[in-house]
Amino acid sequence: MVGNHAVSWGASLSRAEVISAYPITPQTQVVEQLSEMCADGRLNARFIKVESEHSAMAACIGASAAGARAFTATSSQGLALMHELLHWASLGRLPIVMADINRALAPGWNIWTDQNDTLAQRDTGWIQLYCETNQEVLDTTIQAFKLAEAVDLPVMLVLDAFYLSHTAEPVDIPDPEMVDVYLPRREPRYRLDVNEPRAFGALVRPDSYMEMRWHQQSAMDRARAEFEHIDREWENLFCRRYGAVESYRTEGADLLLVTSGTITSTARFVIDRRRARGEAVGLVKMKMFRPFPADTLRTLLSGVERVAVLDRNLSPGRSGIFAEEIRAALYDVDPEERPALYGYVVGLGGRDVTPGTIDDIIDRTRGAAAPTREDVWVGLNL
Amino acid sequence: MSQLMIADRVPREELMTSGHVACPGCAAPIAMRMVLKALGPKTIVVMPASCWSIIAGPWPQSSLKVPLYHAAFETGAATASGVRAALDMQGDTETTVLVWAGDGGTFDIGLQALSGAAERNENILYCCYDNEAYMNTGIQRSSATPWGAATSTTPAVQPQSTHKKDILAILAAHRIPYAATATVAHPVDLLEKVTKARAIRGTRFLHILAPCPPGWKFEDDETIELARMAVRAGVFPLVEVEHGEHWRFTAEGAREPVGPYLRKQGRFRHLGEEQVRQIQAEVDRRWNAMRRRVESSESDEDGSLAEGG
Repeated sequence: MVGNHAVSWGASLSRAEVISAYPITPQTQVVEQLSEMCADGRLNARFIKVESEHSAMAACIGASAAGARAFTATSSQGLALMHELLHWASLGRLPIVMADINRALAPGWNIWTDQNDTLAQRDTGWIQLYCETNQEVLDTTIQAFKLAEAVDLPVMLVLDAFYLSHTAEPVDIPDPEMVDVYLPRREPRYRLDVNEPRAFGALVRPDSYMEMRWHQQSAMDRARAEFEHIDREWENLFCRRYGAVESYRTEGADLLLVTSGTITSTARFVIDRRRARGEAVGLVKMKMFRPFPADTLRTLLSGVERVAVLDRNLSPGRSGIFAEEIRAALYDVDPEERPALYGYVVGLGGRDVTPGTIDDIIDRTRGAAAPTREDVWVGLNL
Repeated sequence: MSQLMIADRVPREELMTSGHVACPGCAAPIAMRMVLKALGPKTIVVMPASCWSIIAGPWPQSSLKVPLYHAAFETGAATASGVRAALDMQGDTETTVLVWAGDGGTFDIGLQALSGAAERNENILYCCYDNEAYMNTGIQRSSATPWGAATSTTPAVQPQSTHKKDILAILAAHRIPYAATATVAHPVDLLEKVTKARAIRGTRFLHILAPCPPGWKFEDDETIELARMAVRAGVFPLVEVEHGEHWRFTAEGAREPVGPYLRKQGRFRHLGEEQVRQIQAEVDRRWNAMRRRVESSESDEDGSLAEGG
């Protein structure tokens, strides 16, 4: 099953009631398959085929506010077009789930993967979960609804263009009845209801606005523990779990890689090969980016000599975005325990990140006396 | 006598409270009050940014007794599509989903979403209360502002240089089941149109002229008079159109010259006689175009009757 179909199966098993989407490469198979599922009755949902991503998110907002389980999927330019409404969904405390197929931004036109589309939406108040495999994509889509509805915040699940979206992998489709047990019908605390009329989203003055934002922040804080809980519940039913942060062969390691998305799978291969040669290297995979799992990272990375962060993204004028956030998280670690952090920018616009690339990064990290002030770009041909 | 008859035909139930925060003489709350009376309590309002975002009251207040969702400026029709879909999934086909938008949210920034919803024939009622500029932000021009009007972005020395967008024709071109114009000066006509629209499935569009005392610069007890003059002068014909082709006047009568209507409003104070003549010519042109649509609909209907008979 390709990653895009894992998304649509996930949305279908979650019994999404309103789907609204606009096609964009590489997301199209998601909406094509969901259209078919709605058309042939396999999924009892209304599919609103809107005229833009902006309207797709607006329709999800309306549907979610009226109490429905709402879903959409997009990518890159489409996500950027939604920006205003991503804030609206989160501050409106609407548990919408969206899949974003990570794709680089134009110009020049580029349909291949990098993470700048989703990371540019970092501050919109969406939970962000990055996936490594198509099984994880399917499972995370269902988990996302449970998490969203538990904390009244929207969730974005993220998968790499083509490396997941268009690549077939064996995927176990969970039993629908068990999924219904895991994820019952949505029970909104408030909704647009003619029997209980309320106004939503009215003018909020300075004497109340900050409190509203505080509630959003505390919901984000709750989402860390809530994800842990729903992930364990998933494991109890389906014998798989992923964790907000996964540590892989970190025991005794003096050098750890930090990765997200499909680079993680390649990194596992490199770590295995080096471990076989007796080298003490390991890997930390970040699935959850918002809320930021700072405490977990501090625990996992403290006391390690060197940490290399691989960023398939860039904040121009600064650095890779994961590296920057991890640096900030490590600031209050005891300096004796604080690792040297090496940032690497790789794989932008879909450039392949091979085992060779990762070997190169490990060798550079070992060979450097200290981290450079700027992140190192790997694989650059100037 | 006629007053009694009107009162008789207006539902008693009030779904809008007193104590709203509109300017004195504002037509927008009058329009809302009348529309909600015709729609009844099984109505959900989707409200993109407009003067009404303020009139509805700040959190935690509401001047409406029906559910209200404040929506982003350009999303009225799209947000309403989502609300409709959710209600359908809940088996509620009775509740009307009403978009309540200004001219900016309809003619300009919301037009794409509105066109999308109309093309999909979403089962919503979209009301545009048109005060012919961005009044909430301080009277900046919109594409609903008439030629020659002074606004805060088209000052009197260089007033609005284009004619008002023909939004009704644009909606009619989507062949939606029902579109109509109305004003607050013609309450029975307005109520009848809303009642008719409520019973129709699909996208229904109502364009309500809403004179604005501070924006148009007239006395705040002249709102109804201004709306009446706009209709009589042919500036704002009262019409309805079904499926984009059956056009009908709902109020007719002798056409009056446009001059007195313009002269009552400070936004046209700078206009000379020649410019008033130009406006008259444009009003006549549009009136004649409308009359041709109506006549063509009538002859089509005669034709089809003849064929059927």
